[in-house]
Amino acid sequence: MLLQMEGITKRYGSLIANDRVDFSLQEGEVHALVGENGAGKSTLMRILYGEEQPSEGRIIVGGRERVFATPSDAIAAGIGMVHQHFMLFPSFTVAENIVIGREPKAGVKFDRKAAAEHVKTLSEKFGMPVDPWAKVADCPVGVQQRIEILKVLNQGAKIIILDEPTGALTPLEVEWLLKAIKRLAKQGISFILISHKLNEVLGSADRITVLRDGKVIGSVKASDTDAAALSRMMVGRELAKFERKPVVPGEAILTVDNVTVLGDRGTKPLLDRVSLTVRAGEIVGIAGVSGNGQSELLQVVSGLRRVHSGKVTLGGKDVTGLSAGEFRRAGLAHIPEDRYLWGSAKEESVADNAIMGHLASLSKGGILRKRLIREKVARWIDAFRVKTGSLETKAKHLSGGNMQKLIVAREMAHGTPFVIAAEPTRGVDIGAMETIHEALLKRRDEGGAILLVSSELSEILKLSDRILVLYEGRVAGELSAGDATEEKISFLMAGGSGNETH
Amino acid sequence: MGTLLDWSLLSATLWKVAPLLLAALAGALCARVGIFNVALEGMMLIGAFTAILGNDLFGNVALAVLFACFCVGLVSLLFAYLTIGLQANAIVVGMAINFLANGLTAFLLYAIFGVKGQYRDSTMSGLPQWHIPVIQDIPVVGELLSGHTPLVYLAFVLVAVLQFVLFRTVIGFRLLAVGENPAAAKSLGLKIRGYQYGAVVFGGVLCGLAGAQLSLGQVTLFTENMTAGRGFIALVATMLGQSNPLGVMASSLLFGFLDTVSTRLQGSSIPTHFTMMFPYVMTIVVMLFFKDKTYLRQSGRLDGK
Repeated sequence: MLLQMEGITKRYGSLIANDRVDFSLQEGEVHALVGENGAGKSTLMRILYGEEQPSEGRIIVGGRERVFATPSDAIAAGIGMVHQHFMLFPSFTVAENIVIGREPKAGVKFDRKAAAEHVKTLSEKFGMPVDPWAKVADCPVGVQQRIEILKVLNQGAKIIILDEPTGALTPLEVEWLLKAIKRLAKQGISFILISHKLNEVLGSADRITVLRDGKVIGSVKASDTDAAALSRMMVGRELAKFERKPVVPGEAILTVDNVTVLGDRGTKPLLDRVSLTVRAGEIVGIAGVSGNGQSELLQVVSGLRRVHSGKVTLGGKDVTGLSAGEFRRAGLAHIPEDRYLWGSAKEESVADNAIMGHLASLSKGGILRKRLIREKVARWIDAFRVKTGSLETKAKHLSGGNMQKLIVAREMAHGTPFVIAAEPTRGVDIGAMETIHEALLKRRDEGGAILLVSSELSEILKLSDRILVLYEGRVAGELSAGDATEEKISFLMAGGSGNETH
Repeated sequence: MGTLLDWSLLSATLWKVAPLLLAALAGALCARVGIFNVALEGMMLIGAFTAILGNDLFGNVALAVLFACFCVGLVSLLFAYLTIGLQANAIVVGMAINFLANGLTAFLLYAIFGVKGQYRDSTMSGLPQWHIPVIQDIPVVGELLSGHTPLVYLAFVLVAVLQFVLFRTVIGFRLLAVGENPAAAKSLGLKIRGYQYGAVVFGGVLCGLAGAQLSLGQVTLFTENMTAGRGFIALVATMLGQSNPLGVMASSLLFGFLDTVSTRLQGSSIPTHFTMMFPYVMTIVVMLFFKDKTYLRQSGRLDGK
């Protein structure tokens, strides 16, 4: 056994993040670690990487017991970590990013040429092509991840921890990465894969260990299990049977009529004569490869971006050209695409984040009604099972999934006739996903109009009554829930025309 | 106006630019490790005062300069401890040090020398002027390049040294890495605080040199608030030069030149107050251009070097 973690326990005060966790890894094995947000996966890996010290338990690498006081100790023992948010230097070259800490020298000089050659050899050896002289800021996300993996390999890692490696990748990049992992495993590198995405885990891992509430629930061979069994282990209960009740849509709540948005320098339009309607009691899904106008559409229907021509009406009112505040007053709630950029203030408390946009109903004469706020926020947190220390905890200490649940709770509480749900479950675990999907469907059943934008096709297919596919700023086609299949949508996403699907 | 432009104008620019350049290099170094050092002004002022004090104590110019470097080094250590060690806001700490420097030097001026406003001792010798053999005999070049204080030459040598260290050596590379992404540098096991302390304290030493050039260079005296905003202009030069030693040199030369021109204009019919405003007005104008550049840099379109 290459790595053994035995009886690892980690306590933060009264909270137990890891409770006698055993974890092992063989040479050339891909071992996935799955579990909901806050199940203790990250804590366990931070302990292995020397960023945290275990309260109890021991780590054995290659037959020797080790104590990792800092990441440098773990790196020296052949353990490398690729963080979820890349640790790269954007203005440096690829080669510089890979050799940093082990720079080839010529006297006191940093021999950049030797570095580039070294990186070239390394990338050929492991079959991970990169251009050593390219600047990292100019590399696509998939390549940046390759750079991270090469950096870790260059540090001499035999064990690589990948924390949510596919979160920011396009489907093609994901496919490439999973293949690369398998190939590297054959070359003797071992992987620990932390992920939410069960299908990816099942397709690439040899063994899967499930954590829940800090305890190991089970460790199974990937070939002996399936997604349903894994999610049962993760959540600890049967997931509710998913049903979409037939609802007859009512009147149009949102109409977008022939909207065009031009690029900044008069380049080709970002949105090209887009028209769509969302009626009461239906969920309209927008699919498309990211960068085909989804962000612009979201900004147009939430009042964050001006249109060059066309008309937007919301709840029967012409809102074209009005401010985001007026859109909201006309009946909009908005679960934004990027929860940190648009949806929250990381340095502020959970309570303050929760009441954003609710100030009118929670204050009197300009004074906040603290008690009312506490009651309300506590109710939302209960309803959406947001895991937080207290209402005063800073938002940045919440895990991504819990932050997302808080934002969904906040936006749903507005009770508006129209809701924008943009990537509502990005980076969120199965349990949280279920909660959020239920909330969206409930609103639909109550007669709400929902515009759903998601890069997850399965989510679009599961929730939408109608599906529109965006391609290069145009509506490439529309499918009803009954007609839509993953193949048809993919075809439209790739630029095929709606008429040829049959 | 006929005498406005001649070779002595450029020569004057060189010695005017030296303190500015030294301080701007200090600013650039701090910026490269991610610390916005607004205390350049105060550090320079303390350097100017302690250079005179050291000269008075030791009667030796070289020791006086070293004493100034040491004292400002201590002040910069305080700045470093507050901003790096205690993670206090660098701008607040920097401004506090600027006001402290102003009050402290005025107070010490009275406490030690018993004078207010200005101290000058005619027996005290300033920095020597180096007349470079061969070069001083070449007509224009001699007038331009020869006859400056050692600190003027040192300032320009340091530009080359820093340029080399930052962009050619391993230690410089790591220093840049610390400034670019501290979290990533830390995860690689780099001692980020060590680099930050080092940069701030070395910057303090540079400010000490800058102050010494002010009080012992062209004149040998100390006046209350004799830096007169040069530290802030140095800060602008840092930003305009993209924290790149060569760029900082170019922008410092520009400001030094403008300063010299404004001094010259005082002899003309233009009101003095207007000419004194000149470098500062130019600073604002230059900032307008600078704003655009940072935007480009943040979006990764402009080379960080």
